[in-house]
Amino acid sequence: MRRARPRPRIRANSRAVAALALSTAALTALTACGAAPEEKAETGAKGVKFTEATSAADFGGFDELVAAAEKEGELNVIALPPDWANYGEIIKSFQAKYKIKIKSETPDASSSDEIAAVKSRKGQKRAPDVLDLGIAFARSGAAENLFAPYKVTAWDKIPDSQKDADGRWYNDYGGYVSIGCDAARIKNCPETFADLLKPEYKGKVALNGNPTKSGSAFGGVYAAALANKGSFGDIQPGIDFFGKLKKSGNFIPVESTPATVEKGETPISIDWDYLNAGYADQFKGKGVDWKVSVPKDGVYAQFYSQAINKDAPHPAAARLWMEYLYSTEGQNLWLKGYARPVLLPAMTEDGTVDKTFVAKLPAVEGTPTFPSSEELDKANTTLSENWDKAVS
Amino acid sequence: MKAGGRTRRRRPPRAWLGALPLLVFAGLCFGLPAGALLYGAVTRTDPASGTTELTGEHLQRSLQGPYLTSLTGSVELSALTAAIATVFGVLIAQAVVTSRRGALRGAVLTASGVLANFGGIPLAFAFVATLGISGVVTQIGHLDALGWNLYSFTGLTVIYLYFLIPLMVIVVVPALDGLRPQWREAARNNGATAWQYWRHVGLPVLAPSLLGGFVLLFGSAFAAHATAAALVGGSVPLVTLKIADALSGNVLVGQENVALALSLDMIVIAGLVMAVYLPLQRRSSRWLH
Repeated sequence: MRRARPRPRIRANSRAVAALALSTAALTALTACGAAPEEKAETGAKGVKFTEATSAADFGGFDELVAAAEKEGELNVIALPPDWANYGEIIKSFQAKYKIKIKSETPDASSSDEIAAVKSRKGQKRAPDVLDLGIAFARSGAAENLFAPYKVTAWDKIPDSQKDADGRWYNDYGGYVSIGCDAARIKNCPETFADLLKPEYKGKVALNGNPTKSGSAFGGVYAAALANKGSFGDIQPGIDFFGKLKKSGNFIPVESTPATVEKGETPISIDWDYLNAGYADQFKGKGVDWKVSVPKDGVYAQFYSQAINKDAPHPAAARLWMEYLYSTEGQNLWLKGYARPVLLPAMTEDGTVDKTFVAKLPAVEGTPTFPSSEELDKANTTLSENWDKAVS
Repeated sequence: MKAGGRTRRRRPPRAWLGALPLLVFAGLCFGLPAGALLYGAVTRTDPASGTTELTGEHLQRSLQGPYLTSLTGSVELSALTAAIATVFGVLIAQAVVTSRRGALRGAVLTASGVLANFGGIPLAFAFVATLGISGVVTQIGHLDALGWNLYSFTGLTVIYLYFLIPLMVIVVVPALDGLRPQWREAARNNGATAWQYWRHVGLPVLAPSLLGGFVLLFGSAFAAHATAAALVGGSVPLVTLKIADALSGNVLVGQENVALALSLDMIVIAGLVMAVYLPLQRRSSRWLH
């Protein structure tokens, strides 16, 4: 029952005015986007616009680049988890070295989130300046003309197979598919894909996600394909392998995370070696003895790629960030996080590599080879069509 | 509508202006995304030239192969869990409503309020810790010997019931409160058994609320994503997981439009469920007036 209350009399007119005022307020609140004010593009000493600079020389030298970047004073990064490949320390060191504040957004974003952010915030101050992308996204983004070509000082040392000829993207760091295993719970740790089929590993083997979504799980299936007479052009044997593993009850589809590893729910986890090696450190003294091995029968390495947003709000800082990542210091910081930086072979040759970190990496034999774009696309298509069928 | 309703009061002119903010808000927050979704689902933009054209390709792809399997998988899981939760929810709610202890009622309703909103990764991990392979309950009860596997359709069903049953309790308690004791007494005085009372009086009166509850639960289960993503990855095909894969992954490129088409399929399915529910509800709400 509503109580009848004397209602205040408001004239219809003033009510209409109030309604209008309210809706206008709502509208302005909803449409106020942070559009960047039109600025005149800065130019360096040589008269090249920062947004079009393709090397430090275009700024008039490295010191000029630093000065220009510090004048901007800010850098937007996205999708860089602090505990992934030592990014936390890299960000700290960069801020300490240069007077530039890094705004790190959505650390756990995926590559497609990054590309979406570039597209949807074109021309805004909040757009990401630099990107760290899965290889397929680096290639498709370059094809869509989203990246600025830029060649860092160490450009010539990056192997040709790991860079775009125009410098729109190049590989930064990578790792090998590895098998992590909790020696405290598993008597004999598996060291190859063939080992994983043994009945003793029933209900123990996990991937770190769904391979149609997670890059490292995809790598795991690819490596399993190589281990089972497949090739870069033929991922199907890898899918069949996991189908067999699921049937035998060894494979559990739960996503392995630090939490499931620590609890012992996923005592064997297939993941990038740099993540698995990081777990080993993280769990020391927590009752988990995490051993990492790169399976000899399925060696698959994959690198991520760096790119600069073509419409970066801080073009100079973005380029300085690239220079920093590909400097000896930046590369060694990735190495400290167990990731293998792209310049590792070159730095091993000229002796600038930090040997203590190299010694900690899981052992691998031979040099890595990489699938071509076509092969990757084919593998993706095959996987998205057949994965569900194999494991459900 | 009551028969022979009162004559409508004349609305003052410009009264709709008062509703304008709401309409604008709904248009922006619901209409825009829905429109963008529809547009993306039926168009294709060529990345090289930037031209956009109409196409039925995405919708066609969203109804084939693994995508179709995921749609049917989601409908099966949602319908099954919603049906089970409807039954158990009503039984628990009836027990609470007829109990004479106020404290019990308060406790159950509060707990239901909390549990109905328990979801996502925390819920998944809570189940991993208790009913996973090395989970506490699994180990103590040797459930694995009985063939229990959390990472399966059955496991997901159990988890979904964990938050759907409390949700049903919350929804249906007010309706059960509305069953007047006089009706039951009248039925009893006329020699009706308990079964006859429920069959001819109780359930017909409750039908609209039960149907509404079922539709709400179906929607909740249909739209759930995070829990399933953390638990079963790709091994139980669900449409929400497929949309996430296509929309924001590190592997598949250029599947965004298929994801939008899949979302459109979801909206259509939800619409169909409503289309079945509304006439039924209209038929059964006659008894309430």
